[in-house]
Amino acid sequence: MKQTISVLVENQAGVLNRITGLFSRRAFNIDSLAVGVTDDPTISRITIIVDSGNSVVEQVEKQLNKLIEVIKVRTIPEDKMIGRELVLLKVNATNKTRQDIMTICDIMGAKVDDISPNSLTLELSDTPDRIDTFEAMLRPFSILEVVRTGVIALQKGGGKI
Amino acid sequence: MNGAQALIESLKREGVTHIFGYAGATICPAVDALKDTPSIGYTLVRTEQNAGHMASGYGRVSGKVGVCMVTSGPGATNLITGIATAYMDSIPMVAITGQVPSHLLGRDIFQEVDITGAVAPFSKHSYLVKNSNDIPRVVREAFHIASTGRPGPVLIDIPIDVQEQTLKHFDWPETVNIRGYKPSVKGNDLQIRRVVEAIAKARQPIICAGGGVWLADAQAELLKLAEDTGIPVVKTMMGISLMPTRHPLNMGMIGAHGNHCANKALAKSDLLIMVGTRAADRAIVQPAEIQRRMATIHIDVDPAEIGKNMQAAVPLVGDVKVILRQILALSPTPPDCAQWRAQLADYRKAELSRQFPSRSGSVFPGTVMRRLGDKLEDDAVVCADVGQNQIFTCKYLPQKHGRLLTSGGLGTMGYALPAGVGAKVAQPDRQTVVICGDGSFQMAMNELAAVKCAGMDLKILLFRNNTLGLVHQIQSRAPYHGPFGVDLDGSPDFETIAAAYGIPCVTVCEEENLDDSINRFLAEKGPCLMICQVHPDVATTD
Repeated sequence: MKQTISVLVENQAGVLNRITGLFSRRAFNIDSLAVGVTDDPTISRITIIVDSGNSVVEQVEKQLNKLIEVIKVRTIPEDKMIGRELVLLKVNATNKTRQDIMTICDIMGAKVDDISPNSLTLELSDTPDRIDTFEAMLRPFSILEVVRTGVIALQKGGGKI
Repeated sequence: MNGAQALIESLKREGVTHIFGYAGATICPAVDALKDTPSIGYTLVRTEQNAGHMASGYGRVSGKVGVCMVTSGPGATNLITGIATAYMDSIPMVAITGQVPSHLLGRDIFQEVDITGAVAPFSKHSYLVKNSNDIPRVVREAFHIASTGRPGPVLIDIPIDVQEQTLKHFDWPETVNIRGYKPSVKGNDLQIRRVVEAIAKARQPIICAGGGVWLADAQAELLKLAEDTGIPVVKTMMGISLMPTRHPLNMGMIGAHGNHCANKALAKSDLLIMVGTRAADRAIVQPAEIQRRMATIHIDVDPAEIGKNMQAAVPLVGDVKVILRQILALSPTPPDCAQWRAQLADYRKAELSRQFPSRSGSVFPGTVMRRLGDKLEDDAVVCADVGQNQIFTCKYLPQKHGRLLTSGGLGTMGYALPAGVGAKVAQPDRQTVVICGDGSFQMAMNELAAVKCAGMDLKILLFRNNTLGLVHQIQSRAPYHGPFGVDLDGSPDFETIAAAYGIPCVTVCEEENLDDSINRFLAEKGPCLMICQVHPDVATTD
C-alpha cells in the first residue's frame, strides 16, 4: 500500500543524504521523494512515498525520528490528503496530430509550455493517477521525454503537522 | 584562542579527563593544545580501532562519555570499527577526527576521506565543523547526544584550518536545545498500570534484562522489581552481570549460546517483561514464536526498538530507571508463581552443578571460568573478547557484583584488551581481567604497549587452542565439510611476547595446576598474562 510520509528537517547540508542513507540501510523502498524549503527558511519539508505495509511504515517513522536533524514526522492518511505531482512531457506533434493532442490536454487540464514544428512540451499538475492516465493517452503519439517531480502533499483542513 | 584550544577547553568543561588517540598531521593542532592541559590524560594506542575500544571500555565502566581522537584519512577509517562496536552496544562516545583543510574538501587530497559520510549508518550523529566559532556548541551538543536517550557514538570531524582559526569569542552554551532531539524519559501512566495488572495475573512470568539496564544505571531498580514480585530474571549477553549468579531469581543468559535454564524459562513463560533489550537474533532466536505464545511488555528508551524485532502487547518508552521506579511506586502485587520459581530453580541447580569434561594436557574453559570467578574480587571488571572465549565467559563465569564488558552487538574480535585498558584508566583500583582466545588476542596484542607504558595492573587470560574455535565449531557441522582456514599456525610463542613487553606470564596445561596458577596470576602486582592450553576440538556446547 502506498503511504505518504511528511518530514520536517533542518535545512542543512547532508540531511537528505542521511535520510536516503537510512532508507537503503534499513532496506525500505522509496517510491518517490520531493524536497523543498518551507515558510521557515531553516526548515525543509520532505515528502516521501513508500509502498509498504503498516509495520514497515511505522518503523520508517521511528527510524526517521531518531535522526537528530529530523524535527517532525507524520504519515498523512490517504483520505485526508491533497497530493499533487508535476509532470513535464515532450511529445511528437505534427500538423496532423497536434489537434488530437490538444484535445487530450483540454480534457486533462494540461498546459502547453513550448511548441516546435514536430513537438509539444506539456505541463500538468495533478494526482499521480491522473498523470499516469495523461501519459498513457499520449503514448500513441510517441513521447520524447518525461520528467515528474514526485508527490508533494498537505493534509486537508486547517491543521498543520 | 584558536579552534584547537577551544576544542580542548570545551572537552574540559564537559569533564573529560582522558583521551585515547593517535596523532597525525591534521589533528596536530588539537594534540598540541592537549600538551598544555595536564587535567586531561592521554593514551597513545597502536592502531586507531583500539582508541575506539578503549574509549568504549572507559565509557562502560565510568558511565561517562569516552573520548577518542585520531587523524584524518586512514586514522579515521581505522577508527570505524571502534565506532560501529560502540554503536551496536549503545555506548556513549565522542570520536574526534582531524580533516584536511576545508577549502580542499572533496578534492581527494592526501589522507582525505569522507568520514562523516562513512560513519552515518552506525553513529548516533556526526558533525563536520566548518567554523571555529561553532566548536563550543558542537562539543556541547555532541556530549549531550552521546550520553542521553539511547546512548551512542557521535563523531566530530574538524578540518585543520578550522582548528587553527582564531575564535571571535568562546561562547559556551549553558544549555542544549536541539529541536529534533527530545528523548522520552517518563513512561506513560496508563501503560504502567497495564504492566502492574499483567504482573498480578501472570503465573509463569519472566523478566528479560539487557544492556539498557546498565546504560540507565537501573540495576538496583531491576533487582527490587524482581525481589518485590518474585519474578525470575533472565539476561541477554549485554545484561549478564546485572545480578550475581548465586541470586535465587537469576536464571542465567538466554539465546543461541545461552544457558539451558534461561532458554527453558523463556520458552515456557506466560509473561515476558523485556527491560532495556532489543530482542536481537542471537538472544531471541524466534521472536514470532515468542510473540505468539506469551504476553510481552517491552520497556526501552528507544521507540524504534519496540516493534522492530518483536511486537509487544504493552510497549513502554522512556528511561528504564524512571519507568522501573514508576512501576515500583505502584507496589505491584506479586504474582502467584512459586511453583514456576521452584521448577526453574531445579533446572538452574542442575546446570550450575554440571560436571565439565576434562582432557589431559589441556584445561576446559568452563572449568577455568568457574575457578577464576570464585577467586575474583566482588566488584571485578571482566572484559570478554569474541569467539568461544566469549561464550564460555558469559555462560560459566560466576558473577558477583562486578561488570562484564563484551562486544555483544557487533561481535568485534580484539575488543577485550583495549576495552580492559579503557576500564582500567577509568577505575585504576578496580580489579580488571581480560579474557581472549589466541585469535582475538592477536588482533589487539600490540596494545600491550599501553599496558606496559602505564604499568597497568591488568590481567590477561588467554585461551590457546591454535584455532579460531567458534568458527572451527561451526565448520564441524553441516552444511560445512570440516574446519578450513582456521588453524592459527605461525602464532608466536605468547610467553616470549609477554616477556618482550616485560610482562610476567603463567602457563597452565593441566587442571590440577589451575588453582595455583590462577592464584599466582591474580596475585601478581602489575600486568600478567595467563595462558590456558585448550584442546582444539572443545566446543561451547561440551
